[in-house]
Order: sequence, then structure tokens, then C-alpha cells
Amino acid sequence: MRAGEIRVAINSDQDIVTARQKGRALAIELGFSTGDATLIATSISELARNIVSYARKGEIILKAVQGSSRLGISIVASDRGPGIWDIRQAMKDGFSTSGSLGLGLPGVRRLMDEFEIDSEPGRGTIVTVKKWKQ
Amino acid sequence: MEVPILKQGEVLIATFQAALSDADLEHLRRGLVQQVVKFRSRGVIVDVTAMDVMDSFASRTLREIAHMIRLRGAETVIVGIQPEVAFAMVQLGLTLEGVATALDLEEGLAYLIQKFKNID
Repeated sequence: MRAGEIRVAINSDQDIVTARQKGRALAIELGFSTGDATLIATSISELARNIVSYARKGEIILKAVQGSSRLGISIVASDRGPGIWDIRQAMKDGFSTSGSLGLGLPGVRRLMDEFEIDSEPGRGTIVTVKKWKQ
Repeated sequence: MEVPILKQGEVLIATFQAALSDADLEHLRRGLVQQVVKFRSRGVIVDVTAMDVMDSFASRTLREIAHMIRLRGAETVIVGIQPEVAFAMVQLGLTLEGVATALDLEEGLAYLIQKFKNID
């Protein structure tokens, strides 16, 4: 059984909850353990919160991906917000420009198997993360 | 979504649901601190058994709740952090430093009662 693409518009803190619930449901549907589903849902929560805090609105796209030998889940968090000026700095633990705990990006990278970030100042940010089934 | 706050003698018990938004958490923080003042409570138990995700915002809010309540002279104990949630928190680098935790409601209550005894 393959699930299609799930798009969640992120405009408010309530949408953070919706996105992480849909992500958990998809992960369970794909056969991830509840432990991995929690890591996936937590990552989605952090990525969606970055959108609300820094860009105000954006989108999270969840979908199943087929690797060479295993199934996985991909999460794309995109916005047209201010972008990140210094990605290397943003990937350091504890870095934040909004007085919060930080972007949480280093943490999300630890929770997931693959992590990619593409950001341009003034244009927006796209973070793509993947987790593979054990 | 409202978080129910129960009063059990000198202790307040707040039970979190799975789908708490940031606004709900902030609302709860205000409500708990107000009720601690109103009832002159000595202890607060925050039960997070049902919480499926403890992200940076939720952790920070819990820490703030505990610190505010301590400034009122009362103790807070967080109970019921699920094993997979604890694992995700550690991976994210989130800690509840300076906040008491216990396995479940029963142990949380026992912890507070012991604390009260030491003070009395």
C-alpha cells in the first residue's frame, strides 16, 4: 500500500499540530515503529514551528519514498520567508535569531537519516528530510 | 483545547492531551500559575502521558511553568514522559534541567508528599 503526497498549509500554531499528526499517521501507515514515528512527528513539529516563527506561512509536504532497497518517508518544509543568511551558523546547536531556543535544525538532523537545506536570503527556505525504515 | 486542572488537597494536577498547540500551552502556563496563587497550592503535577511529541516549545514551556511555580514557593513534578518521547527529546538536545520528573501520577504524588514532609 502506497500513500500519496500529503500537503499541509502552515499558517498558525494549530497547523503545527495538524502537520505532525498527519506525519505520524503516514509513518505508522508505512510501517515505521512508534518510536520512529515519534522522531518523525517531532521533526515535523520543529520544522513547522520554524515556518510559523520566521516566515509566518509555508507548507509541509509529506510523502512515501522508495529507496534502492527500503521504504522511507520524506518531509519537505518550504516557505518564502526571510531565508537564512548563514546556514552554517544555523546548523550549530543553540543558534537563534528570534530569541527562541534556536532553529532546532541540528536537532532535526540528528532525528532523521537525511537532511538537506536550501535557503536564499529574501527568497525563502526549503528543508528536506528523510527517514528510512529499519 | 482546554487542559483540565484538578485540585487534590494541596496539589494541582494538570493532564495534557496529545494535540496541544503552542497557544494551548501558553494558556495552561497562565492558568496553572493563577490557580497556584488562588488555592495556595504547594505542589503541581503535570501529567504528559498522552503527549505524543515534546518539541522545543513544549519543553521550554514546561521549564517555565516549573520555574514560575517555584518562585511562588511550590514544587512542580512532570510525570509520564513516554520512552520514545524521552528518546526524541535527548536527540533534539532538549532537557528539563532543574525540573523534577517521576514515572507516573502515583510516584509524582509520593515525591511531593515527601517534599512537603521535609519542609514541615
